[in-house]
Amino acid sequence: MPVDIWLYFILGFMIIGSIASLEIKNILSSIITIGVVGLGLSLAFLFLGAPDLALVQFVFEILCVIILIRAFAKRSIEVRALRRDVPETIVAIIILLSIFVLSIFALADLPSFGKPIVRVAERYLANAGAETGSQNIVTSVILNYRIYDTLGEVTVLFTAILGSFTVLRKLGRKKRHAE
Amino acid sequence: MQNNFPNEGMSVIVKTITRFTVWLIFLYGLYIVIHGHLSPGGGFAGGVIVALSYVHLTLAYGKNFVLDRINKFAMNSLEAIAAILIVLTGIVGLWLVGRFLANFLGIGTLYTLLSAGYIPILNIFICVKVGMGLYLVFYYLASFKPQEG
Repeated sequence: MPVDIWLYFILGFMIIGSIASLEIKNILSSIITIGVVGLGLSLAFLFLGAPDLALVQFVFEILCVIILIRAFAKRSIEVRALRRDVPETIVAIIILLSIFVLSIFALADLPSFGKPIVRVAERYLANAGAETGSQNIVTSVILNYRIYDTLGEVTVLFTAILGSFTVLRKLGRKKRHAE
Repeated sequence: MQNNFPNEGMSVIVKTITRFTVWLIFLYGLYIVIHGHLSPGGGFAGGVIVALSYVHLTLAYGKNFVLDRINKFAMNSLEAIAAILIVLTGIVGLWLVGRFLANFLGIGTLYTLLSAGYIPILNIFICVKVGMGLYLVFYYLASFKPQEG
């Protein structure tokens, strides 16, 4: 199957998941549905050939879901008290050692320092002045080659300001106090 | 404009020093933004410095002194308008060149102030957005009183 069909499938899945997370009344189910949307995005990154972004998205999404569950739905979850037994410790040490040994083989395949596989940075250094007319190459990267990234950062900042305004305003707090 | 709140803020020494330094910080921020395509810096860094000049004023003189001089609603609107203008720049690029956020101006001569096409324009918009936004976040966090609600 070509990549496009998989992408459409994942995209439809994510749209259904985000609508479901808005409509579900139970907050724990809603948070888990948000996690499903994020994992779908991670899969989409993987299909588009960006494994680094997919990894970051995967880890970030799991962390996000854990934080949200702890913050919003902690009363309805029973937490088992952590007790360290001897067999559990041995299993943990064995897993850690095996990850360490495997990572030695994995790290040997990484490109050596200063010799990246992706050659795009050299192209920026060589052609940035002629192509963008900007003397500052960092600016030419963030405002010309990677301008969509900067647009996303601006959106993130805008959302942060909206969030702080919404959380800290007097209106919402007074209403909750009166109830 | 006279100071209507002389008892707020820090001591007289801090206020006097602030009077000498705050416009230097503000102008340095503007310089960083306008020369963003020539020297290190750009919209984000310059916007943070511009916001810090306001924060400096707020810390030294108290927030009522600053609120007498600036309009919070205008700052909020400026921030949103700058965000819209960034997207509008992208739409103009889509209209004239054919790609969203494409460089629709000529790139000019290297190493001159008026060069690099739309990069200085975007730097100025980002500066307005980041400066106003960061100061507003600082203001909302500083004026938060938990016992009020």
